[in-house]
Amino acid sequence: MNGNEKIRKATTHISQNEVLIFERSSAGKKAYMLPPLDVPDVDPAKLLGELAREDLGHMPEVSEIEIIRHYTRLSTWNYAVDHGMYPLGSCTMKYNARVNETVARLPGLAEAHPYQPERISQGALLIMKLLSEQLLEITGMDAITLQPAAGAHGELTGILMVRACLESRGNPRKKILIPDSAHGTNPATAAMVGYSVENLKSNAAGMVDIPSLEAQVNEDVAALMLTNPNTLGVFEREIHKIAEILHRKGALLYMDGANMNALVGKVRPGDFGADVMHLNLHKTFSTPHGGGGPGSGPVACKKILDPFLPAPVIVTKADGTLGFEYNRPQSIGRVRMFYGNFGMHVRALAYIMANGPDGLRQTTEDAVLNANYVRKGLEDAYELPYKTPTMHEVVFSDRRQTAKGIKTGDIAKRLIDYGFHPYTVSFPLVVPGALMIEPTESESKASLDLFIEAMKDIAEEVEQNPEIILEAPHNTRISRLDETTAARKPILRWKPQS
Amino acid sequence: MRYLPKSDSERQVMLCEIGAKSTDDLFATIPAEYRLKGDLNIPRAYAESEIVQFFRQRATESAQGYATFLGAGAYSHYRPVTIDALVSRGEFFTAYTPYQPEIAQGTLQAIFEFQTMICELTGMDVANASMYDGSTGAAEALMMAARITGRHKSVIATSVHPEYREVITTYARYQGMPVSTVGYLKNGRVDLEALDKAIDNETAGVLIQSPNFFGTIEDVTAVGDIVHKKGALLIVSIAEAVSLGIVKPPAAADIVSMEAQSFGVPLGYGGPYCGVIATREKFVRQIPGRLVGETRDRNGKRGFVLTLSTREQHIRREKATSNICTNQALVALMCGIFMTVYGREGLKELARHNLAKADYALCEFKRSGAKVLFEGAPRFNEFVIQTRTDPYTINDKLLGEKIIGGFPLKKFYPELANASLWCCTETTSKASIDAAAKEVAL
Repeated sequence: MNGNEKIRKATTHISQNEVLIFERSSAGKKAYMLPPLDVPDVDPAKLLGELAREDLGHMPEVSEIEIIRHYTRLSTWNYAVDHGMYPLGSCTMKYNARVNETVARLPGLAEAHPYQPERISQGALLIMKLLSEQLLEITGMDAITLQPAAGAHGELTGILMVRACLESRGNPRKKILIPDSAHGTNPATAAMVGYSVENLKSNAAGMVDIPSLEAQVNEDVAALMLTNPNTLGVFEREIHKIAEILHRKGALLYMDGANMNALVGKVRPGDFGADVMHLNLHKTFSTPHGGGGPGSGPVACKKILDPFLPAPVIVTKADGTLGFEYNRPQSIGRVRMFYGNFGMHVRALAYIMANGPDGLRQTTEDAVLNANYVRKGLEDAYELPYKTPTMHEVVFSDRRQTAKGIKTGDIAKRLIDYGFHPYTVSFPLVVPGALMIEPTESESKASLDLFIEAMKDIAEEVEQNPEIILEAPHNTRISRLDETTAARKPILRWKPQS
Repeated sequence: MRYLPKSDSERQVMLCEIGAKSTDDLFATIPAEYRLKGDLNIPRAYAESEIVQFFRQRATESAQGYATFLGAGAYSHYRPVTIDALVSRGEFFTAYTPYQPEIAQGTLQAIFEFQTMICELTGMDVANASMYDGSTGAAEALMMAARITGRHKSVIATSVHPEYREVITTYARYQGMPVSTVGYLKNGRVDLEALDKAIDNETAGVLIQSPNFFGTIEDVTAVGDIVHKKGALLIVSIAEAVSLGIVKPPAAADIVSMEAQSFGVPLGYGGPYCGVIATREKFVRQIPGRLVGETRDRNGKRGFVLTLSTREQHIRREKATSNICTNQALVALMCGIFMTVYGREGLKELARHNLAKADYALCEFKRSGAKVLFEGAPRFNEFVIQTRTDPYTINDKLLGEKIIGGFPLKKFYPELANASLWCCTETTSKASIDAAAKEVAL
């Protein structure tokens, strides 16, 4: 008995070892061949003089088969959505449809140069226009930009627009209110736009405390940045009242759309009072997370903020063709070169097309159903600090397990042995020792049952055999890594052994 | 819906288990007046075959099968097929940020190798895991210089990509970071005298691009001398990464901000691309974005982790070095594979082919009667010509031959009327250069 007999989802398998690519290198090996030069060759020393470079240092020299094996082996060391449930809370790790990848790689789209004339870019422009229109319908907003490259970049764009709007009214104001449950990107964004950050307390139900909000909103407040549902997976039921309190004092409501997967097709932020929001196409609209990116963070807003959107915006021109409008005198300016992460726009549109209105609604319903099913399955085994209804994610705390010396981070490591990617650890900060679980709609009942069973088994192990948890993971290529030394004496690149 | 793994009966069982009567119960927390009563007004669901058909149609409405002379911050290089074969592995593209290193060593090691290769090519000590792109990376590099020096002003050469400069203006507006510019000389390089005057003891960072927007390679050493004499930092932006195969890295730079799109990333109508910031070891704690470091596990085995995260927003919140969270990991992986495929010799050879094509085009254009601007300083794969005819007219003619001509500069540089920026890469054929040469003679 080593404690692994009951694990049903995963077992051990052969995992190839692989060195760093530099350690495979040997002078003279090649993985490329250029075609013969059809113009006269040149002498770099003659054209570039002393700026000509001779030596590329330790860049690798390997063959093609070694490259394929190298990266294939590395890939097998990753856990991914394609392997199974990846309940990383607030990240919406849903299925990434293959058709999205296929269409994004069509030559006319993948090889389009951003400066090619608009009249031979109508296909690309139409994709951006259709995506814009459909995102506006989904959010209930009036205007949109697809330029921001990720969620945090969208936040920056949205808060810059808030500032420009308030400035046009004569006073940019001084601070942004941010609930204590918010993502770290919210306060970091406010700081980048020159605002100070004022913390807003949650009430016992995990929602914005309306009396505190009322007390804190004054003529110095530019906006409230609110995630809805918030990071506890709780819908801010009094969202309309929140918007009213802000609007009454001339402040705006910024909605962080990170959790839109709980709302699409059921309720629209534009209808409940949000003035401006970003979407994470890599969360809600299934563009792949790619090991950390690329993302895409469109920003949608109400009419009052339209003049301040980044330039350029897509317009239909007099002759009926699509093009970009650059003349936007009140625009905050550009937030990124060209037009944003177009490849992600293609994928997101393909996702919306595959779903249609009924599919999008069913997706949201399943995401919320799954989170509630996990909540029900685990509420006896783990402490549920907020009993408020759960939307797309549920947050437990490790309070019961801490009594035995086991923390949320330890439970996460043991969950790896059970064949799952862990939930989000220790976030949101309002829950000490948080376990933030977002199953998404992509999980079947069977996989949720396996997950619940694994989490319950671990809760039992906390009582019976805590050592097995403290030393987890046991079934991975490597055991827990020394992160302290990594930070104290950083080694951030390979160097040849001298 | 084909992506959803549940039957209606399974949904019923689950609802029952939860103690909910219907799906509506799950949304009861949302006030009824805001709940949608009907369908969203978007088109019906499409079959996969229809989706493919729709996008194929859109693709034919975009320039397909054209030869291009466009560069200007986005470069058309051949992409080895191994790149898509490898990045299409679900283990790479359906994973997220490697928060759990024990089950993310693949992504982590690949990023560590990417960081190393960027260091080798730029001559810097450390490089981050990626930024959104070259334009936002350049803005973040200037903010980094302000944190390091404790000064607040920035100076930017007008020969830096105009859209990079627009992005910097947006980023700098509320950072208390006044931005001034310095112009260029007849040879296309930064005006060193003007630069000397523009820097004062409040200047934090000076940003130049090399090769710059006109394709001219800057005298980075001379710029560095002026910048460092005044106690400011030099940031060098590199938009055409392939140039590093044959042009000496900017050794005088304190920060290098790169756009690595040239390393195997599709043009993709402008994105996603791959920014990256590289710098000196002593500045590492001010670098924005994610960093991967080497460490050991409990059994002494080598492994990799995200590190120095106390710089980042999820720990430091409003005091973070940047608000960046999601980066361009999969695109960085493409770049890593590209750099590995070409490697130490191939990047050099590839860069030489670019140099040769551009030099041939320049000579042919000149022979046809076009005036070459910015002579007297070396270039890589781009150059500027001035024609008697408006470049838009020339480009219209070329479009008929399925050739996309150079980038007219008037939009960004009103003083450069009838001037256009031409780019040749290893993919540019002699035949299309010869065809274009005939038209620029007009």
